[in-house]
Amino acid sequence: MHTLTTPIQDETIRSLKVGEAVGITGTMITGRDTAHKWMIETFINKTRPPQGDDLQVYEELKKLLKGSIIYHCGPVVSGLETKEYKFVAAGPTTSIREEPYQADVMKHFDAKGVIGKGGMGEKTLKGCQEVPFVYLHAIGGAASFIARTVKRVVGVFKLEFGIPEAMWVIEVEEFPAVVTMDAHGGSQHAVVAQASKMILESLLAID
Amino acid sequence: MQDLTHEILELIRLTSTDLPADVELRLKQALTEEEPGSAASEALETILKNVELSRLNSTPICQDTGTPIFYVHYPEGWSTRQLKSQIRAALAEATKRSFMRPNAVDAIYDKNSGNNLGGEDFPSIHFEEVDKDQPLTIQLILKGGGCENVGAQYSMPYNPLGAGRDLRGVRKVVLDAVYKAQGQGCAPGILGVAIGGDRGSSYIKSKEVLFEKMGTRNPDPNVTSLEERLTREANQLGIGPMGFGGKTTVLETKITGLHRLPASYFVSISYMCWAYRRRKMIVNGNQVSYE
Repeated sequence: MHTLTTPIQDETIRSLKVGEAVGITGTMITGRDTAHKWMIETFINKTRPPQGDDLQVYEELKKLLKGSIIYHCGPVVSGLETKEYKFVAAGPTTSIREEPYQADVMKHFDAKGVIGKGGMGEKTLKGCQEVPFVYLHAIGGAASFIARTVKRVVGVFKLEFGIPEAMWVIEVEEFPAVVTMDAHGGSQHAVVAQASKMILESLLAID
Repeated sequence: MQDLTHEILELIRLTSTDLPADVELRLKQALTEEEPGSAASEALETILKNVELSRLNSTPICQDTGTPIFYVHYPEGWSTRQLKSQIRAALAEATKRSFMRPNAVDAIYDKNSGNNLGGEDFPSIHFEEVDKDQPLTIQLILKGGGCENVGAQYSMPYNPLGAGRDLRGVRKVVLDAVYKAQGQGCAPGILGVAIGGDRGSSYIKSKEVLFEKMGTRNPDPNVTSLEERLTREANQLGIGPMGFGGKTTVLETKITGLHRLPASYFVSISYMCWAYRRRKMIVNGNQVSYE
């Protein structure tokens, strides 16, 4: 198993291929539906004026995301009252919902990896090659197992989005994932989708 | 009336953290069917380790603790209004104790309520009165958003697939739904399928069949054979655990029918992820037990 330590260099990203198992160590940030929409509208497409602490958070995100990873995850967090946050359960959420945003977000922040589940589409795959970055697949539903690799919650941005949608800054150790979309145009998801489509067609031909 | 808040809290904890034995057994069986060392096999190994760890540490199997769907069967004399308020109190407490993630989001104002309670419809609670000599039972399913999003409803005939208004047509659209879901509903999944009804009742029924244990078949042999055929053919698609490719895409198919209007013929498919969190609480006098 390959160990990936954040921040990650471009040459490391380019050396990764579909099918490779990795253990991720370092700092990463969770972000899902609300966060991606917010980043795109406020800082990238600028269709919405910054509000509240938006600009401060943006400056922090620029530093944190360069070379780092966005994790599609809405965790179960304990210690909300004392602010001694701990991830109790933290598996990946379905990534395809971020398909309209992902490539632009990665490019804007020069982030090097996305962790999620279910894979993403063509726009993201193209972004993987251009930025470059990789898509890393974690095991969906393996929330207690994955939470054990989250050693520390460093902080949280945009808690007003709600616990699942907030952007949690976490330190992980040997977080297990598999490269399923690489920076060379390879996508395990496209391969499986294509193969299953052919089988579906042959099954549909039978009454 | 008894206050069951504490017992319902235990029902929620069990459902979120302890996968039913029949589901775990089926997942173990699936592991033996996959190629050792394959991505599919490793995914199932991780899934099984996670199941064990969640049970041991009493932590959620999946961070998406889903839509809590309660079905309450109560003998005459119980107040459904009080039961509802006890269920809601237990759910808020379960959220506070991190057995549940705060999951109720106001769709108009995009605001998470923070305690899993939202309006009259979240959590979802169904009441049904039963005979006086029957126990009170509360069943709970936690159904995550990833698998809910890949559910589908087809209005038949469905021309893109040449699927007509009969069981042959049903087969086609169900296979199509499994193909479209790929790994996004956290395969291997369990399919709840309802044929007939209106759009609402059909979808509800497709979830109700998920309360049945693994291995429970529709007693109608015509339906049983379709259930078995669909599971077999869905697995031929090769989507596999997590969509990595592999032999196990669907663990089981559960089909039921309901009466429809002459004009309407709906096929509704509820896809349940492998984290098939389903529990039942039985109240017999002062005795409370869990299945």
